[in-house]
Amino acid sequence: MVEPMLAVRDVEAGYNPSLPILHGISLDVFEGEIVTVLGPNGAGKSTLIKAIAGLLSISRGSVTIGGRDITGVETHQLIRERVAYVPQTENVFAKLSVEENLALGALHNPDQFAEQRRRVLDLFPDLERLGHLAAGKLSGGQRQMVAVGRALMADPTLLMLDEPSAGLSPKLAQVVFSQLIRVKQVGVTILMVEQNARAALKISDRGYVLAEGQEKVQGDARSLLDNPEVGELYLGANSRLARS
Amino acid sequence: MMQFVADGIVSAALIALGAIGISMTYNILRFANFAQGEILTIGAYFTLLLVSLIGAGIGTLGPVAFGWPLLVSIVFAMAATSVVVLVVDWLLFRPLRNRKAARITLIMAAFGLSLMGRNLVTLIAGGEPQYYAFFIPKAIEILPGVRLVPDDFAIIGIAIIAFAALFLFMNRTSMGRQMRAVSENPTLARINGIDVRAVIRWTWIIGASLATVAGALLAHNTQLRPEMGFDMLLPMFAALILGGASNLYGTILGALVIGLTEAIAVSLGLAGYRAAITFMVMLIVLLFRPQGLLGEKE
Repeated sequence: MVEPMLAVRDVEAGYNPSLPILHGISLDVFEGEIVTVLGPNGAGKSTLIKAIAGLLSISRGSVTIGGRDITGVETHQLIRERVAYVPQTENVFAKLSVEENLALGALHNPDQFAEQRRRVLDLFPDLERLGHLAAGKLSGGQRQMVAVGRALMADPTLLMLDEPSAGLSPKLAQVVFSQLIRVKQVGVTILMVEQNARAALKISDRGYVLAEGQEKVQGDARSLLDNPEVGELYLGANSRLARS
Repeated sequence: MMQFVADGIVSAALIALGAIGISMTYNILRFANFAQGEILTIGAYFTLLLVSLIGAGIGTLGPVAFGWPLLVSIVFAMAATSVVVLVVDWLLFRPLRNRKAARITLIMAAFGLSLMGRNLVTLIAGGEPQYYAFFIPKAIEILPGVRLVPDDFAIIGIAIIAFAALFLFMNRTSMGRQMRAVSENPTLARINGIDVRAVIRWTWIIGASLATVAGALLAHNTQLRPEMGFDMLLPMFAALILGGASNLYGTILGALVIGLTEAIAVSLGLAGYRAAITFMVMLIVLLFRPQGLLGEKE
């Protein structure tokens, strides 16, 4: 049996230990997959990814990466486990140049800086000409490129993204999703949280649907797209995501 | 007039050297460090201790009334002051940070520390003014009718070297980039693998080292007193606010405005009102640019 790269087991977490938002969530991400976590507002999607990233304390359950227990690991040490995380907002250092953002990404692997930079620029060629600009001067789509590029500079095996299409036009969101496919193709496993369910599931292998801090549905992406219960959880109606 | 301008720039250099530490703690540790004046004082007294231990006076460098013995003493004093500041952070500020103390708590802790530090210096070194060496500054004629004190040039030169080194450190080194990253977004910095604790240590070390340089040069130009750093506190904060609290280089520019304004006030025979005039200039600037000269709008 194949062991998951990321295994989340029965996790209870939240912003306040006495008021957990997640109530016993379990989740697996296998090597080479794109896994999307979906759910309505307040379902606990971002809380889950923040808890994995060590930004929120886990009061119960465990998180393992490649069999190593990383429950409660300090956020700044996560990158050493080759796990990178791109938050939803404020995900670039706006006053620093694009090149400086990329250099910060390679903080723990400076010997590989040139090689990683070349790989990132192969994926996002636009970053080459934007290199000297302050990241805060860029458009939303360009910023997202910088954020993902900086995360990839650490040569992660697992990339976690919190709503990578948030605030982007549908066209730009499609560009970001197609870039994520390319990221997967270079061997990076992806776990993302998304509101843009249909577009996210289209590029995903599997998905989880959360509601009220609990897992409601899980399965391969195609089955979730066709699942009327998923549409209900999102839209509050019997809409089918596949038809939207 | 030229001498007043030189005095203003010397004063600005000393204010800026001290204020950079306040700017860095404000932007990285996110509180106003009211104990920065005492860091400056402690740095000056450590320099005195080392000058005494070396026992070679303060030397001379050509026409400049201080030389290698003082400069070497300053370097060792920078290290000693940094150690003291790191110990204080470990004993006081770190536990408060770990307990997520409110910003006002940190400010009041710094204020208490300032009082304690000043009294401790008085207790150990005495309240009487002290000097590194007795000398009479000799002005030299650099242009017909224009005479300046060589020590002023040396102080300005040392400050320029310190600012250039700081600029290179902040922009060309990995730790400098990490410090700028933490200053802008501490959470993203942690996500990115930056050890914020190491950044905090460097913040204290740089702030204490530059304050030591400021304290020692100020003491050389005037005298050592337990209150010397506290007297610098207002101009240092004024420079920080005038320049734009979020911008390190704004602090240097703010110090230049403060220093020159003080000097102009003195040249106009308004020495007694120089603090009031300086603050009036600061308030006028802030009315038009509330974010400071180089600061960014919130």
